[in-house]
Order: sequence, then C-alpha cells, then structure tokens
Amino acid sequence: MAAPVRSAAAEPWRDPSAQPFVRIEGVTKTFGKVYACDDISLDIYRGEFFALLGGSGSGKSTLLRILAGLEAPDQGRILIDGLDVTHLPPYQRPVNMMFQSYALFPHMTVEQNIAFGLRQDRLPAAEIRDRVRQMLELVRMPQLAGRKPHQLSGGQRQRVALARALAKQPKLLLLDEPLGALDKRLREHTQFELVNIQERVGTTFIMVTHDQEEAMTMSSRIAVMDTGRIVQVSTPAVLYEYPATRFVAEFIGGINIFEGRVVGSDEASGHVRIQCDALDAELLARHTDPLPEGTSVSVAVRPEKIDVHEAPPERGTVATENVVVGKVRDIAYLGDVSIYQVATEGGAIVRVQETHVARSSEPHYDWDDTLWLSWEAASAVVLTA
Amino acid sequence: MSRAHDQGLWDFWFDVVRNLFGWFRAVGHEFRTRRGRFLVTALPMLWLGLFFLVPFLIVLKISLAQAVFGQAPPYTPLIETAADGAASLRLHVSNYAMLLSDPLYVSAYLKSLLFASVSTVFCLLLGYPIAYGIARSGPVARLLLLVLVILPFWTSSLLRTYALIGILKANGLLAQALSAVGLAGPDFALLHTDIAVYIGIVYNYLPFMILPLTATLMRLDFTLLEAAEDLGAKPWHAFLRVTLPLSMPGIIAGALLVFIPAVGEFVIPDILGGPDALTIGRVLWIEFFTNRDWPLAAAVTIAMLLLIVLPTLLFEYYENRRNQQEAEA
Repeated sequence: MAAPVRSAAAEPWRDPSAQPFVRIEGVTKTFGKVYACDDISLDIYRGEFFALLGGSGSGKSTLLRILAGLEAPDQGRILIDGLDVTHLPPYQRPVNMMFQSYALFPHMTVEQNIAFGLRQDRLPAAEIRDRVRQMLELVRMPQLAGRKPHQLSGGQRQRVALARALAKQPKLLLLDEPLGALDKRLREHTQFELVNIQERVGTTFIMVTHDQEEAMTMSSRIAVMDTGRIVQVSTPAVLYEYPATRFVAEFIGGINIFEGRVVGSDEASGHVRIQCDALDAELLARHTDPLPEGTSVSVAVRPEKIDVHEAPPERGTVATENVVVGKVRDIAYLGDVSIYQVATEGGAIVRVQETHVARSSEPHYDWDDTLWLSWEAASAVVLTA
Repeated sequence: MSRAHDQGLWDFWFDVVRNLFGWFRAVGHEFRTRRGRFLVTALPMLWLGLFFLVPFLIVLKISLAQAVFGQAPPYTPLIETAADGAASLRLHVSNYAMLLSDPLYVSAYLKSLLFASVSTVFCLLLGYPIAYGIARSGPVARLLLLVLVILPFWTSSLLRTYALIGILKANGLLAQALSAVGLAGPDFALLHTDIAVYIGIVYNYLPFMILPLTATLMRLDFTLLEAAEDLGAKPWHAFLRVTLPLSMPGIIAGALLVFIPAVGEFVIPDILGGPDALTIGRVLWIEFFTNRDWPLAAAVTIAMLLLIVLPTLLFEYYENRRNQQEAEA
C-alpha cells in the first residue's frame, strides 16, 4: 500500500530490527463458547499511545484485562519488556490500569488514593509524599488532595484515577475507556491533556475505546477489533485512507461503499475498472494488486473526497475519472460542513460533504437539485473483504 | 363451559387485576405526596410510642416505687393524696442503690456483657465469610443461600434452644460423635457450661449478623478489589484496606443487632447455662417471678437499658458528627 513514509525513530513499527516492548502472542480467551479473544498477536513499542478500537463484544476490554492480569488467557503469552508475565498475578505486574468506572476507593481521600500503590510497595513516607505531590501537580489538582472521591466532579475523578495509575511509574499504563464517562466538551479537552501527559511521562499507554474519533485523536497506532480478532493495525491516517476491509472502512469515519465487479485492469497505471450497477457507471480506482475480471469488490469513497458540480464537469478542469449524477435527497447542516445525500437513478445514495469556506446562511444546494459528483481514481479504495 | 362464558370470566379477572394495579398506584401516589410522607413516618412512630415508649414509662414508674407484698399491684403508688387534699410524689431511689450495693447485680451485668460481646465477636468471625460468599455468588445461588440463612426462623428459637440440649448433654449427639472418633468419652457434656451458652447465642443470632453484612457486601463494587490488586495489593491486603473498611456499616449494624438482644438474653443462659451463668436476664426473672419484687426488677431493666442504649446513642452521635464534618470539608 502506498502510505506516507516517515523516519523509523518516530515509527518503530516500521523498523524490522526494533524490539517490541509489549508482545502479545496468540492470546485466546473464551467465555463459555464465545471467543472473546481469538488468537490475537500484537507488538507494541516503547512510548506508544496504542488504541484498541472496537464495538461492544469485540474483545478489546478482555484483551486489556488479560494484559493487566485480571483475566487469564486460555492460550498464548504476554511479554512486557522481555519478561513473560502470562502467569503473574496483577499485583506483581509492572502494569497499572485506569478503570472505566475509575474504581477510586470511596473511603480514602484523593491523596490516600494516589498513595495506595506506593504504600503497597512500602516506600518511605517522605518519598510517598513527594510522589503524590508530583502526581497531583501533573494532573493539576494539588488543592484537592484532601477531598473524598464523592466530593469531586467527573473530570476531577478521572484525573485522580490517572494520577493513581501513574503514581507507581508503571512500564505500561492500561486505560479502559478513559474518557467514556465525561461529557462531550470535557472529553475533547481531556483528549489533548491525556496525550500531553503521556508525552511528558513517556510511559507506554494502551487504551481501549469504542470511539473512533477518540482513537484517531490520541493514538500513535490503532488496532481495530471485531468479534475477538484484530482486523487491522495501523496509524490513524492509514486506517482512514487505506482501510483493509469493509468493516474498518465503515467503522472509521463516514464512507460511501458501492458494490461492483471488476471489468478490467490496467497494470501499468495500477487502475482497475469496476462496473457498479447501482450507480449505473463504470468506476476507476487505484489498486496495485491485479484483480481477475469478474471479482466482486466494493469501492469505498470518503464523502469529503467527492467534488460537487451543478453542471457536467468538463474534462481537464477537474478530476473526471469517476462521474455520477443524482438528485439531492437530504441536507444536514453541521456548521463547519454540510452533508448532502444524493440519490442516483439506480437507487444508490451517495454522501458528499461540502466544507463551508465562505460565510453564508444558505446551503449551496437545495432539495431535488441535480448534481454531478466526481472523484479521482486515487481517492477510491477497492475492498475485497 | 361455553367459550363466551370463558371470555366473560377472563374479562372479569382482567378487570380485577387492572383495578388492583390502579389501587396500588393510587396508594403509591398518596405516599409520595407530603401528607403520605407524614403517614409513612407517623405509623411506625405511633407503633413505637404505644408498644415501646409507654411500657418503658410504666417500667420507669415502677422502678421508682417501693415493693409491697400481698396486694395488687405489688408496689406503692408514686402519687399519694393525703387527707387534706395535698398530693405528694414519692420517688424511691433505693432500688437503684441496691443494684450498686449488692455485688450480685454488678457481676450479673458483667457476665451478660461478657456473654454478649464474646458471642458478637464469634458471630462476626463466622458470619463474615458466609456473608461474603453469599454476596459474591450468582443471583439464584444467592437467593437460595439467603433462604437457608432465614429458614431456621421458621422454628421458634425456644424449640431450637431445647434441641441444642439433645446435642450438648452427656451421651448427647455431640458426645456420641466425639467418642466415635475417639476424641472424648461418651459422658462428655457441654450442657450447663458457659461454652453451651456461647454456642446457643451464636447459633441463634448468626442470621442477624449475616443479613446486614450481606446487604453491605452486595453493594461493594468488586472492581475496587481489582483496582487494589492492580496497584500491587495482595488479595489479603486488598481485603484489609478496601473490603473491610467499606463493609464497616454492615459490621456495626450486625454487631448491634446481635449484641443488644444478647445482653438481655434470658432463655439461652437459663436453658443451656450452668448455675453460675447468672445473667441480667435471669436476675430480672428471679426478681420478678420468684421474689415478686417488681420495683427492683424494674430498676434492673432500666439500668440494663441505659447500659445498652447510651453507648449506642453516643456511637450514633459521633458517627453522624463525623459524617457531617466530612460533608462540610
């Protein structure tokens, strides 16, 4: 796949000689007959902010609990920094977890909560005091050290949970839906704060989330999970622009998917031609691997990659490799963008997105306007799975 | 029966059920309103006033009278009207002085407190693991186990205590079992010892410890234990630093429910205990029924009540104040 290439230092997963920091080898976990984790193997590198992304029942939380030692895998191994921790109980692992419900001890103050793990390690009192102070400053709430959890707001509790999990300076921090309990505004603010904290402490983070936006904003890499398996592991940009399967394409961001079959390919330019009946058009898409004629495939195009014209686009001025005609069926005004649902003659619905660059109170197009939609061959992804 | 008739019957029952639900809803609504709330608190208050406060005042009154034998009631009235019409109130504190001067009463109080406190500790030690097991089991198993805990209440406690005689006496079930495995002779007997009293009290009061503890432990968020282990606490430390402090309300409730009635317990020490198991309950019985000294028996009661209620009230008071301070902080 043609993905942007960056330095190996910033992206250790590109360096074949790099040693993974966390190695998950063939982990399988069943509950009754249900496979929560089905032969999962994954390498995560030092300093990564790694996200396990999936819907409910995808096995992402089970995998996190296996990493923490709260669940034992039926098969497979977990190595952290070269050490096999598969059979270590949670209290002996160099790993700490931030729970989805935060699991703050209600009978202890903020200070006592943060000091809990340090006390278990029998550190000297002065050192515990210093470390707690550092943690409180890290999450910017030293003035609330004496409060009990029920006297804190949701956002404050979240920060105490983070401070408590980081206090022992774990090699690996696990975060189970860290922003799940916060409201939308606070969540957006906290996303960046969490990334800042991760960069400052340098700890490897593994986060579980069902929110693709959260995963995209915060993570260095994302593993998309579905029914106990990993579907694709990539950086957010690769996942978005080069989804490996239809599941990933639909899970991350909005996308148009057109069913069709291959009618020809041009190996020199790396293009395939796909007949799509619902659009009543032959589409051209870039795909480097040759596909035999007649193969059923899906063509996926992101709404923002589609250009909208009020007249048939002229060859040469814009990309005219793929042109589709339709009528506006629905308009959603979202402030920064408008989403148009355009229905073609063949019955397909195409979602297109228009960015509002100029200030105007009127949408560009109206219901039942006839529009010509076009996109470049390179903008479309051919999905075979 | 014809089909149409069936239909009518169904409609009838449907109406009955619907009206019942309507009635329940109306009652529920009534209780949610302000007047209803007053009713909700007034009913138990009335009950407590009639069957607890009034009898208590009568007993208090009798405790301040002087015993008179051979008449009914067998004590002097508090207020006497003289020939000139002047009413005089005579309060005899001699009964209370007697409690302090005769070592019999003090030692009976101490014995009762000893029985009650040791039994409470054993109830806690036995009841905590049971309650923990019930709280952590699945919903069906939990219901079954709770029923098993409550089931003995279907037999009177007096009968169950009598049944213990058959187990604890010489040549009883326990002695036979122990001699069968060669641990004791067949004439081994626990009956009429303090141990028998402890066994009786713990057996009878164990459910009162288990039930509030189970309720508290069921509300405990078990992810807190996972968090404790994740932060490096071995299971035993997690229990000591998280489970135990958080189950304190249940421990206190259970301990009070066992301790308070155990102090005044009469039946168990009387049936299972030896002659030296002279508890305050037995002293009270003797004063009342054998010596027929009502005022002294009443004074014994009041003193016992103060002995139990005062520490409880003090505890409540400090607990409330602590909670308030925490809320203000």
